[in-house]
Amino acid sequence: MAPTTDNGRNAETNRPDRLGRRLVIERLSSYWILGAGLFAIALFGLIVLTLVQQSIPIVSEHSLLEMLTSTNWDPAQEEFGFMPAIVGTIYVTVLSMAMGTPIAILAAIYIAEYAEGRMKVIVSSFIDVLAAIPSVIFGLVGLIVVVPFVGDYLAPALGTHSIGLGIVTVSLVMAIIVTPFMISLSVESLEALPDELREASLGVGATKWETIRSVLLRAAGPGIFSAILLGFGRVFGATIVPAMLIGGQTAIPESPFDAGETLPSLIVNDFGELMSIPLTQSALILVGLLLLVIVWLFNFGAMLIRRRLQRRWQY
Amino acid sequence: MNRYTEQRIFAFLARASAALILAVLAIVVGVTIYRGGRVFLTDPAVVITPPGSRYMLDGGGGFLHAVLGSLFIVVPATIVAMILSLSTAVYLQSDYSSERTSDVINMFLNVLWGTPPIVYGVFVLTIIIAVGAQTSLIFGVIAIAIFQYPIMTRYADEALRSAPDAVKEASYGLGATRFETAKVTIRAALPGVIAGIIMGFARGIGDAATVLFTAGRSTQMPGGPFDPATTLPILIFEQAASFNAEVRSHAYAASFVLIVAVLALIVASKLLAGRYARFTPGGRQ
Repeated sequence: MAPTTDNGRNAETNRPDRLGRRLVIERLSSYWILGAGLFAIALFGLIVLTLVQQSIPIVSEHSLLEMLTSTNWDPAQEEFGFMPAIVGTIYVTVLSMAMGTPIAILAAIYIAEYAEGRMKVIVSSFIDVLAAIPSVIFGLVGLIVVVPFVGDYLAPALGTHSIGLGIVTVSLVMAIIVTPFMISLSVESLEALPDELREASLGVGATKWETIRSVLLRAAGPGIFSAILLGFGRVFGATIVPAMLIGGQTAIPESPFDAGETLPSLIVNDFGELMSIPLTQSALILVGLLLLVIVWLFNFGAMLIRRRLQRRWQY
Repeated sequence: MNRYTEQRIFAFLARASAALILAVLAIVVGVTIYRGGRVFLTDPAVVITPPGSRYMLDGGGGFLHAVLGSLFIVVPATIVAMILSLSTAVYLQSDYSSERTSDVINMFLNVLWGTPPIVYGVFVLTIIIAVGAQTSLIFGVIAIAIFQYPIMTRYADEALRSAPDAVKEASYGLGATRFETAKVTIRAALPGVIAGIIMGFARGIGDAATVLFTAGRSTQMPGGPFDPATTLPILIFEQAASFNAEVRSHAYAASFVLIVAVLALIVASKLLAGRYARFTPGGRQ
């Protein structure tokens, strides 16, 4: 029987058209998606180029080495020494990582190896919540809770004096912020380990802790290590909490209880003067560039060390 | 030390660390809700009242300007970032790119992902200065979108990667084009994609460093895309240490609003992910 007149003919004549349209959509969308893929590189390139181009004025006036080592920061006198902020940043980063890392690793071990059933779900979702709380809220809670704690109890207990705002305060709060971040990355790499590792180790008579210490922490080592380095990057680039809690003082801090300045908080606290002195603007953009480069080095180092450890602690 | 004693000590330490973190979470959320909730509950109208003319001095009026500013900045930014990040994530799958190019792009995405938000803020500000514009809502949108892009791409990429290969194979087997297959794959990975978008929204609404210098810190109602605006995190940042108790109390109330919003978004992302699981082959029946 012949195909029903109208419908059949329509379907046949339409088919090439429809295919054509699909192919056109396919072609056009592939350009768009290629563009989106390259956008990541373009964005990165644009950021680096803009920051480099904008920090040329300051680098041409003062030598980079001189600025990095000078301790005198006074934009009004055209003195741009980053040393106080660098020392502050190092203080904060080292202190908060020293407090946060052991706790993060132990808590990750608890979640991955000890917690079971509902407890595990509860603890790990609470840690997700902690990781999602905006840092400005940590800053506010720091002002309400940690500042009086450091000023009235911790500093007197250690025989020093503190106004409450300072490097220790920032480090405590940053430790709280960075811990959940490191925990979730470490738990991921611990949980990715095959059960055979645990079974084999327990089977040859190791205790649970010996299994964790000598087998699991090593096998998950590359992942945990890069979690720690990413945590470093986090603390290093943290802006809001230092700006709220560090006290804003551009002198080299004598003790961790002093007020100070980190590189990002320098940007925040000095931007008011930006418009009046063009060179300050350039100096602060240079600080931004420094942050970017150092975080980039952290990431790159994390990747290299991860590869190396993966070879070394192969299982 | 006896190996069993060691075992007991470390088991205790692991438990104690987890407990410590939960206690800290309880303190942070508790203090915010208690201090902010007290202000909020005695006068809920601060959220929907526009600020008075001398707001930063006497805290007259409320902070509707920051609530609206947050919404007007973060919602468009999330939409822009969503479109871009989904497309990038599709590109990173093996259909459009070779493994090598997607490795390279992933490397750049990781760098962007770890970039401190303040750098994005400085970057957008230099662009503002370069084009001779003033800080305004639209630049806040751009800054937040740039900030969200790597975060959301990572979530979307993970979600698409975890979609079963069978979906893709079946789609190609029926003669679908790459674009049509990508649509099917996104559909199969919808729970993860949606959870990622919501998490990106939550990160965007809570970030202050990117918008601090780009959105314009105004204390007036946002007038239009080219007028200065402010967001809740900026308001908290600026008023948390104010000398005026009334101005300070508004920062507490704002942090209450912010933390409730973020917690609600997290819960919503978990619930929606469960709800959309019916699109996943082999997902919830």
